Amino acid sequence: MHMADALLSPAVGGAMWAASAGTIAYCARKVRTDLADSRVPLMGVLGAFIFAAQMINFSIPATGSSGHLGGGLLLSVLLGPYAAFLTIASVLVIQALFFADGGLLALGCNIFNLGFFPAFIAYPFVYRQLVGAHQTRARMTMAAIAAAVTGLQLGAFGVVLETVASGQSSLPFSTFVVMMQPIHLAIGVVEGFVTAAVVSFVYRARPELVPSSPGACSAGSRPVRGVLLAFLAMAVLTGGMVSWFASKDPDGLEWAIGKVTGKGELPGPTQGIHGTLAEVQRKTSFLPDYSFRKSGETGKEGAQPAGQGKDKGESRVGTSVSGVLGACITLAVALLVGFLLKKRHQSA
Amino acid sequence: MSHHIVEVRNLRHVYPDGTVALRDVSFRITHGESVAIIGANGAGKSTLLLHLNGFLTPTAGEIRIGDYPLTKATLPEIRRTVGMVFQDPDDQLFMPTVYDDVAFGPLNLGLSGTDVEQRVKDALEKVGAGHLQEKPPYNLSGGEKKRVAIATVLSMSPDILVMDEPTDGLDPHARRQLMALLREFSHTRIFTSHDLDMVLELCSRVIILHEGEVRGDGPPLEIFRNDELLARCRLEKPLSMQGCPVCGGKVS
Amino acid sequence: MASIDGALLDFKRLDRLATGDTAIHRLDPRAKVLATLVFVVTVVSFGKYEVTPLVPFLIFPVAMVALGNLPVAYVIKKIALLCPFALVVGIFNPIFDREVLVQIGSLGITGGWLSFASIVMRSILTVGAAIVLVGVTGFPGVCLALERIGMPRVFAVQLLFLYRYIFVLTDEGSRMERARKLRSLGKKMEPGIFGSLVGHLLLRTWQRAERIHMAMLARGFTGEFHTRRDTRFGGRELLFLLGWSTLFIILRFLNLSQLVGSLVTGISP
Ligand SMILES: Nc1ncnc2c1ncn2[C@@H]1O[C@H](COP(=O)(O)OP(=O)(O)OP(=O)(O)O)[C@@H](O)[C@H]1O
Ligand SMILES: [Mg+2]
Repeated sequence: MHMADALLSPAVGGAMWAASAGTIAYCARKVRTDLADSRVPLMGVLGAFIFAAQMINFSIPATGSSGHLGGGLLLSVLLGPYAAFLTIASVLVIQALFFADGGLLALGCNIFNLGFFPAFIAYPFVYRQLVGAHQTRARMTMAAIAAAVTGLQLGAFGVVLETVASGQSSLPFSTFVVMMQPIHLAIGVVEGFVTAAVVSFVYRARPELVPSSPGACSAGSRPVRGVLLAFLAMAVLTGGMVSWFASKDPDGLEWAIGKVTGKGELPGPTQGIHGTLAEVQRKTSFLPDYSFRKSGETGKEGAQPAGQGKDKGESRVGTSVSGVLGACITLAVALLVGFLLKKRHQSA
Repeated sequence: MSHHIVEVRNLRHVYPDGTVALRDVSFRITHGESVAIIGANGAGKSTLLLHLNGFLTPTAGEIRIGDYPLTKATLPEIRRTVGMVFQDPDDQLFMPTVYDDVAFGPLNLGLSGTDVEQRVKDALEKVGAGHLQEKPPYNLSGGEKKRVAIATVLSMSPDILVMDEPTDGLDPHARRQLMALLREFSHTRIFTSHDLDMVLELCSRVIILHEGEVRGDGPPLEIFRNDELLARCRLEKPLSMQGCPVCGGKVS
Repeated sequence: MASIDGALLDFKRLDRLATGDTAIHRLDPRAKVLATLVFVVTVVSFGKYEVTPLVPFLIFPVAMVALGNLPVAYVIKKIALLCPFALVVGIFNPIFDREVLVQIGSLGITGGWLSFASIVMRSILTVGAAIVLVGVTGFPGVCLALERIGMPRVFAVQLLFLYRYIFVLTDEGSRMERARKLRSLGKKMEPGIFGSLVGHLLLRTWQRAERIHMAMLARGFTGEFHTRRDTRFGGRELLFLLGWSTLFIILRFLNLSQLVGSLVTGISP
């Protein structure tokens, strides 16, 4: 699921950009020093392969719907985490620029959600651990499904957190989680299954292409049972438990999060960070939008004498009408400017 | 000009899966020769060419380019001497524009800006692709791609030109152009082809490869008149040497 | 990503736009990339319920389309395909946020609808900016700009390779898929078959990468990538970047729509 510019706040978008750019820089250094030159064209061509593979749809048994490969886990299995992360990131850059999937600011979120989780969490801590030293078809399928589910659950959860933290959407956290996690549970199972099918085909034809020793992946070379279990638990938690829990008892969830963040309750859009930001914004803008009724005023207003209220209301109507009208005019002017520029350009 | 010599001695190549692609191949090509390597599908032609540039390492045998044996140490020098044009130009053109692609080699040689520019211009001029300079490779037609691929190699000023199926996928006009281009090139040329008429027209020598062995080596007319040899190697005469089906005439 | 086939055709078209030769096309890509980033950040920095102040920002994509001589209908069509995720999430706003914030006559507009409209407006602006950027700069130009701003070289090379082989591989993929369809008599593709079809494509891709690597070695590749960098960040670029950024910042703090509207209606805010 691609995050979009329109749902982001600059703070969240900027933070995720920084995180992704940092990871890209780190991976680029790793790839430069650790990998052979021959990986340069390989990574690029495999990125293009992901596009080609996504074009080919398959039907999902017993559902009548069709799906396509995501590819994050597949790339991690074939290339190892660092090169895979760069490759996924490059695919997302093309999608952002050419297919308008997301946008430029959301790129940071998307690279993190769809690249970091599969390459640096799902692959080393789930896939590698479960596959173990002896790669059998059954083990591999199971590992791929577990890893794909983990990656997608974390990715979907990332989308939820980024959206909620940005405050553009009014979807309550719990509802959003209930919407996102179960869908991605299904998508993850399919992704894992298909990834396993492709990997095992390649493994039969050219086993040397599929690194099977755990040493091939340095991020996972220290098998830590505890860490693995923690992440598995997290995946299960976000995938199944949280959504069930949230739908049944949203207050419980909020209470839990409040405990974690150390606050009594979740900051709503008018409080907490967003409240502060809105306040800053109100102060810095020297022509504030008076036509918007601030929440809290509403109740008071009803109790006011009719005349006064009407007076205030009228001016509010006036300003919002003038705002809409002004918007139409500026729109027309913008288009006219464009038209004139184009005209001049063509005659020149 | 002994550095234009290509010598292959008892070359054998076995692929990792056990396929014996080359059994025992030996020949010596001297400066300025134009040599075609022909043979049926799977005869081992491409495998042989990939050895001339050090992409494949012989299982047994030796390759000498000029006065040097092909080893890890001489590889960079040899790759500069031997220009290789691959069968699929999409494998060869990987940069964003035609210009960048042709400049890739000269820049790797460490040439300066104006030298690079001159080389790119000359190479594109030679193949008649000067007007394509700023185009991205994927927007070119098959023939244009092929010509640009050749330009990328010419820009390195190789002493020996090696090509795998140069006329593959070209229309008659583009094929003619390419043949004129090859005729002009004065250094050693080695190429594989299924286009026997082109071989007849361009080459001073033909080597027949069959099942990983050299079965014939000589001037084209001599080779192509040997019906029994051609049949054994699953080859046919060039069309221009077969009886003309329309007028019934024979070319001697 | 449902109709990636059609999307790819679009992709080719968008890519060709970048070969235009206008003053905007000729600007150093860095100026265009930076101006677009300033634009996007300014646009998303508006409050949740603000719609009208966003409208004047249209001047940027509109001016770029005009100056870059991009086909208007095409750009509008691309923007109309807007990122669906933003809209799917946004449409919940009217459901969860029912507080009436604006009264126009007897019509009450809830916060949900306002914020939804704001999301739509943001989508148009940000998506439009990205498309216009590619149209007047071209993907290699964007890569070059990002690299010179600080993106690692390895990643720039990765992007260029990916971009170069998208068409080659999608063609190969669709040929394979066509061949399968012709022989499968209308049966759907099962995941197992998908595995071997895509696995096959993957093997061929891998071999291609090996051949490309050979072709690179044949031309003296030693791990270093040299590309032309003949663009220059000069006075015109500086003017372009500063000019637009100043305008964006002014528009950020000055509600132009409101101002124009009140001048016309005579109602002061
Ligand atoms: N990478 C490889 N692994 C295993 N076997 C291979 C490989 N490449 C080629 N072969 C085998 O080696 C033999 C020679 O192949 P080669 O490509 O050299 O033939 P060719 O003469 O170029 O054929 P064509 O005219 O079809 O191009 C064939 O039997 C082929 O199947
Ligand atoms: Mg061949």
